[in-house]
Amino acid sequence: MNPAQGERAALVFLVLAAPLPWLVDSGTLVHFGIMVFQAATLGQAWNILGGMGGQFSFGHAAFFGAGAYTTAILQLRFGVDAWSGFFAAILAGAVVALVIGLASFRFGLRGSYFALVTLAFAEVLRILANTLEITGAGVGLLLPLAPGLERLQFADRRGYYLLALFLCAASLLVARAVAGSRLGARLVAVRENEEAASALGVDPFAVKMRAILLSGAMAASVGAFYVQYFLYLDPHIAFGPQVSVEALLGPIVGGPGTVAGPLAGAFLLQLLGEASRALAGGATGANLVVYGIVLILIVRFLPGGLAGLARARAERAGAGS
Amino acid sequence: MTTGDRSVREGWRRRALLATAASGAGLLAAPAVLRAQPAAVKIGLLHPVTGFLAFSGQQCREGALLAIESINATGGIRALGGAKLEPVLGDAQSKPEIGAAEVEKMNESGVAAIVGAYSSAISLATTQSAARYGIPHIVDVGVSDQIVGRGLTNTFRFCPGYGVITEIAIANLVALNEAAGKPARSVMIVHEESLFGTGTAQLLQKELPTRGFEVLEVVKHANPTRDFTNIVLKMKSLDPDLVIPANYYNEYVLLARTMRQQGVRPKGIYSVLGGAASSFKFVAEFPDDAAYIMDCNHWYDPRKPAALELRRKVEAKGLYYTYEVFLAHEAVRLLADALERAGSANRERIVEALATSDWDGHFLPYGPTRFVNGQNQGARPLNTQVLGRNIEVIFPREFATAQPVFPMPRA
Amino acid sequence: MVDPSIVAASALHGLATGAVYALVALGLSLVYGVLHIVNFAHGSLLMLALYGVYFLHERLGLDPYLALPVLLPVAGLAGYALHRWVIAPAGGARDENVLLVTLGLALVLENLALVAFRSDTRTIETAYSFSMVALGPALLPLPKLVALLGSLVATLVLWAIVQKTDLGRAIRAVAREREAARLVGIDTRHAFALAFAIGTASSAVAACLLLPSYYVSPQVGHGFVLIAFTIVVLGGMGSFWGAFWGGLLIGVVESLGGLFLGESLGQIGIFAIFIAVLLFRPTGLLGRPL
Repeated sequence: MNPAQGERAALVFLVLAAPLPWLVDSGTLVHFGIMVFQAATLGQAWNILGGMGGQFSFGHAAFFGAGAYTTAILQLRFGVDAWSGFFAAILAGAVVALVIGLASFRFGLRGSYFALVTLAFAEVLRILANTLEITGAGVGLLLPLAPGLERLQFADRRGYYLLALFLCAASLLVARAVAGSRLGARLVAVRENEEAASALGVDPFAVKMRAILLSGAMAASVGAFYVQYFLYLDPHIAFGPQVSVEALLGPIVGGPGTVAGPLAGAFLLQLLGEASRALAGGATGANLVVYGIVLILIVRFLPGGLAGLARARAERAGAGS
Repeated sequence: MTTGDRSVREGWRRRALLATAASGAGLLAAPAVLRAQPAAVKIGLLHPVTGFLAFSGQQCREGALLAIESINATGGIRALGGAKLEPVLGDAQSKPEIGAAEVEKMNESGVAAIVGAYSSAISLATTQSAARYGIPHIVDVGVSDQIVGRGLTNTFRFCPGYGVITEIAIANLVALNEAAGKPARSVMIVHEESLFGTGTAQLLQKELPTRGFEVLEVVKHANPTRDFTNIVLKMKSLDPDLVIPANYYNEYVLLARTMRQQGVRPKGIYSVLGGAASSFKFVAEFPDDAAYIMDCNHWYDPRKPAALELRRKVEAKGLYYTYEVFLAHEAVRLLADALERAGSANRERIVEALATSDWDGHFLPYGPTRFVNGQNQGARPLNTQVLGRNIEVIFPREFATAQPVFPMPRA
Repeated sequence: MVDPSIVAASALHGLATGAVYALVALGLSLVYGVLHIVNFAHGSLLMLALYGVYFLHERLGLDPYLALPVLLPVAGLAGYALHRWVIAPAGGARDENVLLVTLGLALVLENLALVAFRSDTRTIETAYSFSMVALGPALLPLPKLVALLGSLVATLVLWAIVQKTDLGRAIRAVAREREAARLVGIDTRHAFALAFAIGTASSAVAACLLLPSYYVSPQVGHGFVLIAFTIVVLGGMGSFWGAFWGGLLIGVVESLGGLFLGESLGQIGIFAIFIAVLLFRPTGLLGRPL
């Protein structure tokens, strides 16, 4: 399977998944789908910056949380409707990305330095959210339960399923467009060798800024979705390190830098989470032990992620024919 | 949404059943003659047994399982021909979204009701998910007052929320102080940064000045806080009559130990929902630090033999008898009583039975249950004090097992 | 309105806490400097070492400080094995894979601890837990003073090992020129695993110094690993003395930040300094230029 085939497969997967909740009546399946699409969109956001551009972020919680808090605060404190809140959240993600991007790329931070500075920004936001009055501090924010399309809340959970699927599909198409554009080629050039790219006339700063803006906006949309779905938010849920880890886990397992990788990775990891719970039964913590071991085994035997596996198979098939 | 293609549903259901059977097999001795038994009633027990809330979640699970064990041992649900309760265990992994996913699975495995989910953030998500299927959800701990009263008719909280707890804590503090000749005037509040500590501290800060106390300082700290020296040094220089901590176990222990190291000894330590102040573990491991600490917290009615019997059972298993254990235990018994009243494992009938319940067979100091908007109206905390290596109830009078020692003696 | 004597005492406490941070960070920094991997399992290894100290004390009555000679070789061997047979083969040459492996490892270790030891918070009480030492206007608990001095000694020993022994020379050679080192006959896999072993062993030292005034639970590593990362970057990735001074600085900043801004908001001081240093001196306090 080459990358283009992977992209097509991912899109076909989404199209086929869309009517599934109407064919199979299972809340577990619907919730599972929502979690996969949510993780895949967050992963895609990370992938554009980290996978394609090679700028590893440990702090995507900063964007996710900024989006989540923006829409929650606008709705609760300023009476803004949920739809406008949703778009404002995406904007907020871009603004946070602008600040982090300017601060770190302007000063030439890369590699682990960039990773850890993003982590620090997410931590600063977590501490602020924990302190400020407007974010409800440690008490958090609870949106009133009031289903209705105008409030972007669905009595039927399949509404959330479709919304999540839509976000996932949109992120996939954006990633595909980026990968096929000059921005995508320049991102790869910067990832492979920043000095060489620079010598060829690519402005690494501008390229990285574009990627982080896109990435931040995309991650923020996932945060806003989370709020609409669960209606409750606190600083740990929004800015906790586990969000940043979730953002990078999927794409790395799926194949960083590939368009289909984040969705494939998210699907595999969610499935693994479910399977390990079923396997470990009631023994406390055993499920996460299983999860961790399988994660290590995946990395051991699929070093290039799922995309690497697909590539290897394609090469073998190519050699055989 | 609940009716659908049966054959497809069956697959999911069987998978969930298998998982349940595997997890439940070790816990319940399956009766030999299955055919003679009425169908077991499945009860979802949903707690954060891994992740950063693991300790409390596990304690809740133990309490709930002990309740199921004893109900089954004494004839099951009589109104259902002696039907046994069958636990369906769920782990929220200390994350709201995983809690919500577990509700879905519990729904598909056909639980009649859910008991959980210890933390407020998780309970908000699980009650909301359970409401979609009309699954009765008894919140065993979760002190946030947002959990009840947001229009979810399936949600019932047996224990008090922090609003009531703080109110009663202040009233009782005033009474204690007056009875002792008003030794305490100035107060320092030390609280953790999440929902329960912050919420409690906000109420205290607002109310205490109107009751004649001066709030010298309110200190918020992170979880975990590695070092309490700063807070204690501040305490030393402010010299408050009373220190009010509202935080989790680990931080409480560090705070109390640092106070002892630095020789800070106020006239009283009066905690509200203190993580360790009424914990037998703390008293057993640090008797000197724990001595004379007062707490206003979830507690059992010490006059009820069943409460003490459960303590013996829990301690025989090598566990500590913490509030999580007895609250979850009694939440399950509340559900069992509702099953008796409903005479059915039908979700709607259980919700109705809970809503009109006037159960007084429990060992909590609440009186007969009466739910308004899902909140048990009689629910209240008790005041305890660590005296002679035990935790005694000192207030209100009718439950008291000892006289308060306040101000605490200066060693 | 903050009393100056409190400021002094608070700074001193921060220094003592910072010394332990520095020790934890040194292990992480060594691993980063040599292997160029960000080791997320470092906190979990510290947690396991803390359990080691705890059980040696509870079961065998061994004093936490005397547990060191027992724990040090065990931790070293465990670290060696973990790198040689788990992290290196699974991680391969790709940095992001190493990251995933250490994340997975952290998950496994933490939950194994949960399965084996339950989630109870455990503390030990020693005869000297509440002994206080007066240093000027401040009262410092004896375990903290021991932690401060012990960390200083451990840092010097670690420095001597890295700088003055053949082992250290081999590790440094591998760190600088992987290929060249192999050509001159250094077993690079062995050297890498040794570096990891030393990193793990320094966590064991930190565990012995920490437990008398702290606690252990399966989650305890989290609180340290984030701080340790901050210190490693602050000091300059892989810089030995950078991590040391960074640790002390962070300890003092955390303590004073807590005093002036409140314990919750005060944590922001750490990250503010961190971000500022990175922006204006991206190589860290004592790091070599990029």
